[in-house]
Parts: sequence; structure tokens; C-alpha cells
Amino acid sequence: MSLDLFLPAFLAVKNGFLLTVAITIASFALGQILALPLALGLTSTRQAIRVPVSTYTFLIRGSPLLVQLFIIYYGLGQIELVRNSFLWPVLRSPVYCAILAIGLNSAAYAAELLAGGIRQLPTGQWEAGRALGLHRTALLLKIILPQAYRSVLPAIGNELVLVMKGSTLASAVTVLEMTGAARVFVARSYAPFETFLIAGTIYLVMGAVFGRIFRFIEIKVAIPGR
Amino acid sequence: MFEAVYQYRDQLLHGLGMTLAVAIASFVIGFLIAAVLAPLAVYGGPFLRRAIMGYVALIRGLPELLVIFLIFYGGTVFMTKIAGRYIEVNALTAGIASLSIVAAAYLTEILRGALLSVAHGQWEGALSLGFRRPRAFLMIILPQMMLRALPGLGNQWLVVLKESALVSVVGLEELMRKSVVGAGATHQPLAFYLTAAALYIMVTGVSTLLLKAYEARLIPHMR
Repeated sequence: MSLDLFLPAFLAVKNGFLLTVAITIASFALGQILALPLALGLTSTRQAIRVPVSTYTFLIRGSPLLVQLFIIYYGLGQIELVRNSFLWPVLRSPVYCAILAIGLNSAAYAAELLAGGIRQLPTGQWEAGRALGLHRTALLLKIILPQAYRSVLPAIGNELVLVMKGSTLASAVTVLEMTGAARVFVARSYAPFETFLIAGTIYLVMGAVFGRIFRFIEIKVAIPGR
Repeated sequence: MFEAVYQYRDQLLHGLGMTLAVAIASFVIGFLIAAVLAPLAVYGGPFLRRAIMGYVALIRGLPELLVIFLIFYGGTVFMTKIAGRYIEVNALTAGIASLSIVAAAYLTEILRGALLSVAHGQWEGALSLGFRRPRAFLMIILPQMMLRALPGLGNQWLVVLKESALVSVVGLEELMRKSVVGAGATHQPLAFYLTAAALYIMVTGVSTLLLKAYEARLIPHMR
């Protein structure tokens, strides 16, 4: 290991940093947006809704993210219908494909988490809401979801770190995010330790920052005295 | 579309075998490391405890792909330096090494949690019955700990299996890599990646069923 290589390695890795942050946040947001309807589907009493949703989470959770990314990026482009559709500009771009794949993947995991949070609420919460004459939407928004989200908040924070780690897979479809940029620099400089240590440190710091943010939110939304 | 896949069936099945071999080897090695680290993380001195927890936190915060790259590219540089001539660390060794190191951290955490969940009274009961400490651990604590660790271990097995796909990025000829090769040669990526996904889902699905059946068979009153 040599110290003179740390600065050029840092400069090389730094170029991928913003892309890593962008992919992480966009995929996480997409995952969370999709997770809510999926979680409601998983906890639905109607089989016609529950079965397709649980099939989706089973398929996504049963296969590696890398395969899902390759199906979306390399596979879908093979279909003429997709190439002619308005979605093509999105599906042609490796960055958007990575966001889509990681987002769809994270949605399945987050949906199972949230469904767990909804299921563990006592049925009395639903009954009390109904007895008060609350409409289904109001019942969900005012009673069920705030409690469910509170209980799964630490797990959602964990999911954000997992999404950040998943964002490295974008480098497998030519995106030069932090890991991709690091790998390119290693090929040029033959300095794997310096480069990957710097990238690793940045990932650790990012993970710690995400952890802090979620700890802060947890404290903010905690019910006082409980 | 799937005829192309059919022609590559032997290749894909070989790949699947390699995927299973890498995943099983990594899981077993990771488990053996964790089986040593977890008791040390609970009963060891403060320095040892902190060192193990530091290792767990470090690995859990690092992307798996980065660990694979570090071991694969770093390993070659390291071995070359030590030996004084060019030695390349192959993808199989690097893959198993990195997946084991990652799995060991998560498995340590699972086993540690399970060990802590065994009530302290179990120790006291065993010692008061005249068991010596090592024997009390093996006969009283360990079985209860493994029972509680089982769901977590099953989960981690699935994680290792899926992570093994990442080793394809450094060229290991497992299921994912074989699919990439087939997809490139036949220009049928969709068929190949869907087949690969189906094979992974088959293995994870069967694993899940076996684990559930095994858990159900274990002494019911302890669940």
C-alpha cells in the first residue's frame, strides 16, 4: 500500500459518489412507494388480491437482485413491444434500469416488513376504529398505518442500508457509480487496497449517516411516555 | 425463444452445481467461524467482545460486491507481494473467501442473539446439577441456542445462495455467469435470465420448504 495513491484513488471514487447517492435514494423511494399498496395486498382478506401479491414477493425474494437487474436491462430490450413503447427511453438507460430493479426488489422486502407490522397490531385496533364509525381509508391512515410504520421504522432504516449496498450492482450494467468507478481505477492503477478501502470507508460513513437519520426520525415520531 | 436455453441445459446445470457448491462451502465456513466468534462475543473479555462486534458492524456496513472485489483484486496483489512472483487468486477461492467472511459476520450476530436468548437460569440449573461448564454448554445451552437460531440460519442460507450470483462479476463459472455467456452467444438474454431466475427460485423454494418441515419436526414445546 502506498500513501501517494490514496489521493488519486479518492478523486476517482469521488466521481461515483453522487451517482451512488442518487441511485440509493431513488430506488429506496420507489421501493417505499410500492411497498405500501403491496403490504395492504399482503394483509388483504381477499385471496384474489393476496395471492398475486405474495407470489410477487416470493419470486423477488427468491432470486438474486443481479438476475432481476439483468432481466430488466438486457432481457426487456429484446421484446419489440418494449422497444417501441414510451418506456423505452427509461429502459434503455442503465441507471434507470438499476433504479427500477433495485426499487422493485426493495419493494418486495419492505412490503413483507410493513405487512408484518400491520399483522402484529391487535385486532382490537381495527374493531375500535370501526366502532367509532371511521371509514376504511381514515381507519388505515389515522390508526393502523401510523402504528405499523412506527414499529417497522428501524427495519426500514436497515432496508435503506441494504438498498445502498444493492446500488453497487449497477456497476454490473456499466454504470460507473462508486464501486464501478473504483473498479475502473483499480484496473488502471493496480492499487486495489487503497481504492476499495476508500470506497468502503465512504459506504460505511453513508450507512452511519442513514442510521443517524432514522434514529432521529424514530425519536421524533415516538409516542411520549411509551 | 427457450430452445436456445435448452441447448445450453448442460452448461446451466453445471453452473447451478457450481452455485450450490460455492453457496454451501461459504455457508459452512461462515458458520464454523461464527460458531467460534459467537460464544467469544458473549463470554469473552471486553477487548475480544469489542473486536468481534467491530468486525460484525464493519462487514454489515460494506456492500458484498465491494468485499468480493477487494478479496479478488487485492488477493492477487497481496499473494504476488508475498510470493515475490505473480500469483492470481482465482474467482472460486476469492468468491468462497469473501462470501464466507460476509456470512460469518451475519451468522455471528444470529448465533449471538440466540445464545443471549437462552435464559441464565439454564446455566445455573446445569451447574447446580453438577455439570462442568464445557459439558453444560454442549448439552444444555447449545441445543436450546441452535433451536432459536434455526430460522435465522435458514434465512442466511438463502442470502448466501443469492449473493453467490455476485461472484459471476469476477468471472466464476456459476449459474449467473453461464447465463451471461449463453445470453451473449444466442442473443436471447430474456430467456436465459428468466431461466436462471427460475432455477434460483426453485432452490430457494425447496430450501424454504425443507427448513419449515424441519422446524415443525423439532420438539414442539420448545418452539
